[in-house]
Amino acid sequence: MQVAMTVNGRPVHGEIEPRMLLVHFVRDQLGLTGTHWGCDTSNCGTCVLWMDGEPVKSCTVLAAMAHGHEIRTVEDLERDGELDPVQQGFVEQHGLQCGFCTPGMMMTARWLLDHNPHPSEAEIREAISGQICRCTGYANIVRAIQWAAEHPRVEPETVPEAFAAAGQAPERSGEEVGVR
Amino acid sequence: MTTVEEAPAVPMGFGRMTRKEDARFVRGRGNYVDDIVLPGMLHGAVLRASLPHARITRIDTSAAEAHPKVRAVITGSMLEDLNLAWMPSLSHDVVPVLATDKVRFQGQEVAFVVADDRYAARDALELIEVDYEPLPPVIDARQAMAPGASVIRDDIDGKTDNHIFDWEAGDRASTDAAFAAAEVVVAQDMVYPRVHPAPMETCGAVADMDKVSGKLTMWSTTQAPHAHRTLYALVAGLPEHKIRVVSPDIGGGFGNKVGIYPGYVLAIVGSIVTGKPVKWMEDRSENLMSTSFARDYHMHGEIAATADGRITALRVKVLADHGAFNNTAQPTKFPAGFFHIFTGSYDLQAAHCEVSGVYTNKAPGGVAYACSFRVTEAVYLVERMVDCLADELGMDPAELRMRNLLRPEQFPYTCKTGWVYDSGDYPRALRLALDIAGYEELRREQAERRQRGELMGIGLSFFTETVGAGPRKHMDILGLGMADGAEVRVHPTGKAVVRLSVQTQGQGHETTFAQIVAEQLGISPQDIDVVHGDTDNTPFGLGTYGSRSTPVSGAAVAVAAQRVRDKARIVASAMLEVAPEDLEWEKGRWFVRGDPSVGATIGEIAMAAHGSLELPEGVEGHLDAECVYDPPNLTYPFGAYICVVDVDPGTGQVKVRRFVAVDDCGPRINPMIVEGQVHGGLADGVGMALMEVMAFDTEGNHLGGSFMDYLVPTSLECPMFELGETVTPSPHHPLGLKGVGESATVGSPPAVVNAVLDAIGVRHADMPFTPAQVWRSMQGRPLRTDLAVE
Ligand code: FES
Ligand code: FES
Repeated sequence: MQVAMTVNGRPVHGEIEPRMLLVHFVRDQLGLTGTHWGCDTSNCGTCVLWMDGEPVKSCTVLAAMAHGHEIRTVEDLERDGELDPVQQGFVEQHGLQCGFCTPGMMMTARWLLDHNPHPSEAEIREAISGQICRCTGYANIVRAIQWAAEHPRVEPETVPEAFAAAGQAPERSGEEVGVR
Repeated sequence: MTTVEEAPAVPMGFGRMTRKEDARFVRGRGNYVDDIVLPGMLHGAVLRASLPHARITRIDTSAAEAHPKVRAVITGSMLEDLNLAWMPSLSHDVVPVLATDKVRFQGQEVAFVVADDRYAARDALELIEVDYEPLPPVIDARQAMAPGASVIRDDIDGKTDNHIFDWEAGDRASTDAAFAAAEVVVAQDMVYPRVHPAPMETCGAVADMDKVSGKLTMWSTTQAPHAHRTLYALVAGLPEHKIRVVSPDIGGGFGNKVGIYPGYVLAIVGSIVTGKPVKWMEDRSENLMSTSFARDYHMHGEIAATADGRITALRVKVLADHGAFNNTAQPTKFPAGFFHIFTGSYDLQAAHCEVSGVYTNKAPGGVAYACSFRVTEAVYLVERMVDCLADELGMDPAELRMRNLLRPEQFPYTCKTGWVYDSGDYPRALRLALDIAGYEELRREQAERRQRGELMGIGLSFFTETVGAGPRKHMDILGLGMADGAEVRVHPTGKAVVRLSVQTQGQGHETTFAQIVAEQLGISPQDIDVVHGDTDNTPFGLGTYGSRSTPVSGAAVAVAAQRVRDKARIVASAMLEVAPEDLEWEKGRWFVRGDPSVGATIGEIAMAAHGSLELPEGVEGHLDAECVYDPPNLTYPFGAYICVVDVDPGTGQVKVRRFVAVDDCGPRINPMIVEGQVHGGLADGVGMALMEVMAFDTEGNHLGGSFMDYLVPTSLECPMFELGETVTPSPHHPLGLKGVGESATVGSPPAVVNAVLDAIGVRHADMPFTPAQVWRSMQGRPLRTDLAVE
């Protein structure tokens, strides 16, 4: 079957088997290998990306279900050569070791900060509790997200043209536009 | 951690700096094995045994072969014809690539399908018919040697039981004498259950056999690419110069990615048979059920002491469950790894241990999960025994430890089983941990809470690690001596490259090894490229496990860099027209003694060394050096850990409130990375103590085959760790470094367990302390955690 969706702001389409998981579509057909696959049971969260602005475990979504929807992956966090504060926070606070859980963690972190710019430690831990990291013991992931909260990107005044043109100025409050 | 703000962004050598490798990882641009795509690449999948012990009576692959997307179906009998059905294990046994006669554990490899895509390969597995004749499984290690137990390894000529080895260390007679004379003796049985490293990236490979050149390129999840290359040469009979093993980014290893799994060999066979590159990636269940587990030690400990708490002797008997094939990865001479460091951090009169290994119908492995070749089990044993003794004597466990710790003046210290501890100041580390924790205050709080019926526990552990294997004359794996090579080359413009035999799985080698060179040569770490994980481009060495990268490979790099510095001195002497002896070094520059304004920087020297400058007789141009480092001894990192828990008296739920960890790993190349290593290991300890276990039912069904059943800690179970450090350099490592990769995994489980047992007032029960186990232990009816039986 044919699917078409928007991925990181670009329209994409592909010919897939109906049973194909979104994680495999994104990785194998689109070559966006930043999204990982780490379990068979929807427990690990290495596959987290955004569908219509919400983090989802892409191993638990069929590619067909994403037809007509908007997908955002880790590859879209960096903007104009500048890292997202979440990415920078993971670097500054040593929030990653092997890096395998990192894209999923960062996608959840970005969503959290978009909705709760000043989360408590407990709120951060709750937000990432559906995702597993075997390397860091989570302490530095929490610090990385705290770092990102303390260093929000300076917002541009207007919606960047590229978004406006793509008709996808996100349905978020003004302050979040541009972070995206 | 408080110095973060003050530290320079990039130190010229040791110090905190962010990691060079992070630039790609945070952009989603890591390159893991499953990210590799080659033109025409096919996909493999493994059919696995549904039963733990059964004779194979028939395999019918015809329907699978007829699948339109299937390119090859491989079975054990096909491999037998190629003499590839069995491969050597890492412990002088054999391991089947695909089962031929019998299956011997649930999840064992039975057939391999190569197809156009990963879904089709999995579909075809369903089309393979296997008829089994079930045999009684041997699941309980304690029953493995019982009369009448099924003989698992009837493939071995004349084998009539499930015995693998008996091994002992220490002195039996003096130990028995010390026990006979002891005022107090405490005995305790304990199980360190079977657990699994479960790295987030499962194991996998892409094999590409080029038919024209005859060269095999093997991208795989390996912690030891060079050792793998040699083993492929031995197993498959391929010429070693025609094998290139590439270990790209590795998504965590922890010992899980040391050995060669059948899937790797099958990917190679698949590529040879089809003439195309073949990718094989296992799924999570396959990873948990078939790849290298850890522990599974059934231990009986005895501790002897005087009535005032002076420990005099330790005696241990271990039954080691090695699964269906003896495939533990440790130096050849040590079938129980380094377990005989079980005397721990204490000054004893005598010690003796016996370890017996047995076969069971479970997956092989046994040395994995950051265990430092079984030091994990040893530390758990001794730290539990000390707490049992404290309980018997009615003494505070901190005081009992302090009374018995080795004193600084005793180093180098030869322990009763022969290890020579290089250096240490144990009381200082324990005092620091007690201070950070506010130990006295915690005990007061505990007493108050007890009055109110609240269960708060404080657990201690003090560990001594033994890491950094070789020396090669004592230590080899399959005949390969445990030494490692390194090459340092300074380019004409003063930038440098260092090539390593070891392979990072997240430890940050691209940063720390650059920092080692920077420290020696005064070249910025940003200007030093670290090349690793590719056997065609790096010197030989045994790889990363047993916390050996810094002690062995780090030493190799340091020595190679020092050789570069020495050569730079000769070049500088030619440039400056002075004798080499008249030059002095400051970081990055040789200058004339007594006239510091006259000198040459390492960059100027590098250009001159590649230029037309006339060099002294016998000195070749260019600026590079290499080293093969054979460590004279192991290194002995140590630490003191304190865990504070609260237990819900109604549900048995354990909450880790605090975790204080003081580590001494010698000087720290990059404190940020050391702390990260410690954090990860502490989380492992929380996991093993509270939730991780691979249990089996009596029919041999694996009860931990997914992340729904094999529970690992999440952000909600781990506290903000409180770290401290002391620094006792190793006297024999060129930079005094000891290694830290496994310290916290080794040291933390007993601290958590001791805390839980302290909270509930029970002398001993086995990990993991799930709410059920805590509650049952409080009722005096602890569960057997390794088997689903009463
Ligand atoms: S791959 Fe594990 S939750 Fe999606
Ligand atoms: S950094 Fe390795 S799993 Fe999180």
